[in-house]
Amino acid sequence: MSTRCKIPFKGTKEQEEKLLALIESLKDKKGPLMPVMQGAQEIYGYLPYEVLALISEKMNVPMADLYGVATFYAQFTLVPKGEYQIAVCLGTACYVKGSANVIDKVKEILKIDVGGCTDDGKFSLDATRCIGACGLAPVMTINDDVYGRLTPDQVPGILEKYMG
Amino acid sequence: MVTSLNETKFYAKQQRVALRNCGVINPEDIEEYIARDGYSALCKVLTEWTPEDVIKCISDSGLRGRGGAGFPTGFKWSLSAKTKADVKYVCCNADEGDPGAFMDRSVLEGDPHAVVEAMAIAAYAIGACHGFIYVRAEYPIAVHRLQIAIGQAKEYGLLGEHIFGTDFNFDLEVRLGAGAFVCGEETALMTSIEGKRGEPRPRPPFPSEKGIFGIPTMNNNVETYANVPQIILRGAEWFASMGTETARGTKVFALGGKINNTGLLEIPMGTTLREIVEDIGGGVPDGKKFKAAQMGGPSGGCVPAALIDTPVDYDSLTKIGAMVGSGGLIVMDEDNCMVDIAKFFLEFTVDESCGKCTPCRIGTRRLLEYLNKITSGKATLQDLDDMEQLCLHIKSNSLCGLGQTAPNPVLSTLRYFRDEYVAHITEGRCPAGVCKDLLTFVIDKDKCIGCGNCARNCPVNTIVKTDYVAQGHKLPSYEIKTDKCIKCGACMANCKFGAISKK
Repeated sequence: MSTRCKIPFKGTKEQEEKLLALIESLKDKKGPLMPVMQGAQEIYGYLPYEVLALISEKMNVPMADLYGVATFYAQFTLVPKGEYQIAVCLGTACYVKGSANVIDKVKEILKIDVGGCTDDGKFSLDATRCIGACGLAPVMTINDDVYGRLTPDQVPGILEKYMG
Repeated sequence: MVTSLNETKFYAKQQRVALRNCGVINPEDIEEYIARDGYSALCKVLTEWTPEDVIKCISDSGLRGRGGAGFPTGFKWSLSAKTKADVKYVCCNADEGDPGAFMDRSVLEGDPHAVVEAMAIAAYAIGACHGFIYVRAEYPIAVHRLQIAIGQAKEYGLLGEHIFGTDFNFDLEVRLGAGAFVCGEETALMTSIEGKRGEPRPRPPFPSEKGIFGIPTMNNNVETYANVPQIILRGAEWFASMGTETARGTKVFALGGKINNTGLLEIPMGTTLREIVEDIGGGVPDGKKFKAAQMGGPSGGCVPAALIDTPVDYDSLTKIGAMVGSGGLIVMDEDNCMVDIAKFFLEFTVDESCGKCTPCRIGTRRLLEYLNKITSGKATLQDLDDMEQLCLHIKSNSLCGLGQTAPNPVLSTLRYFRDEYVAHITEGRCPAGVCKDLLTFVIDKDKCIGCGNCARNCPVNTIVKTDYVAQGHKLPSYEIKTDKCIKCGACMANCKFGAISKK
């Protein structure tokens, strides 16, 4: 993610107020940067350049530091995610039970790669670290819905529910 | 007649200490925890014991760190207690990143007050006044319940000032991770709490002298903490009576992979792998053969079928090249390729290496290249020796535990399954039939009835009709043109007559 995100920033006044309130509420806390960035991502869904610039100014932290933190942790994203975020677990238990085939099927149907988003912004796909649901392996989540004990041929039916 | 849960094979051999309340109480109600003797250990130490008594009790119990390294907990506490400082912190490592391990999540979700209580006890023992719990963001329910637990404990006066009417003050806060495996390493975890890139730092200075924000910090794992209140209440002898000479007490394992009963189990240290796999786990499904168990995640190694009678404890496992680690236990059967498994873990560590030190950042990458060469059939036997050398270099030169243990999955599979590596190299064959580059799908022309189902399902249209009609069949058989084959296996999955096999 070396280049700036090309998707135009659509932040609202309310979102900005929320973020400013959050920064204010954490200003006496030691090491507030991560909680602020986590809050910002919750408010905006991702960390646009404009938001990072605002955090940088208000917290007096260099942009380079923010960028360093944002790109170090897998949960921070500089580009927006799809309306439905698909995550296929590639933890060990899921992997030995064939989650690689599940992820291949999703890729094939949506024609996107891991880390990608469909052109209509509807689906994005991620391969995740172990989500601790090894008893249900292999596991896929779509937003907050969890699908366990999957086989590749169940994938089309599941995705259809969200296509509508 | 219905048998009691505790009589089922899965539960009969278990002894639940860390998990004693999980699934039993409502974790969002502090009164249910109190009804199960909750916070009475804290009351006991604050009103009757000196900090030295607490440390002696934990030392005598023989409790060792449950996060992976197995460092004696009582000794760690005594080191922190000795540090002279006005302010000290206690910290709980709940950044459970090992794929295939989820015991910390279960404790936090099922019994969060046990961790809160234990941290207060630890704080009293070492003279700390503030605590951090660092939880990975992938566990939203755990975070939610911890926050509820902390709120309730404050309301009941079990956190805050003058706890149980004494001079002891203690406050606790939750910090969230953001998806970086290396943050489970204690110095990286502390750097992350400070709001920086979670990179480890050299030790010394040890956290007991210079921890979070430079303040002396004592860090323990979730499961370690969960044992503490019970040890205080029931005594060090009781805890020490379970387990083995060098590994006291019980350990929670997360059983997963190719096994009939998956889930968490808590058993006395020293239980054999055979008991875990065959009795508790109910064996391998579909009549397949047990091949190996992978223990300790990306830092660990595998235990082959020949060593299934190994007792599961710190020292026995280390001796054979595996480790207890955080307690992930993934069972593999004959369909799993050990080279592929080693590659899987290396891909993980390459991805999660923070990049701070060269042996780990570059070494693991070169190691993965060797493995890719092997699974694509392009390696030589010399590569195998070079790879082993590289493993030893990475182990001895990396800055933190991530790099120091990253080659373990390779070394351990090389030790027990060298023949599989050799088969990939000299015969160009993957014995388990996993490594796609080395596979060929073939149709047995005498079994093929010529229905054409395979050809219709082939995504690259590379299955064609031949002129050969087998005896007793009416239609000519099909064959796979291997040059275009992408080895997806769709033909084999769709053949109803078992005429297609992979070699």
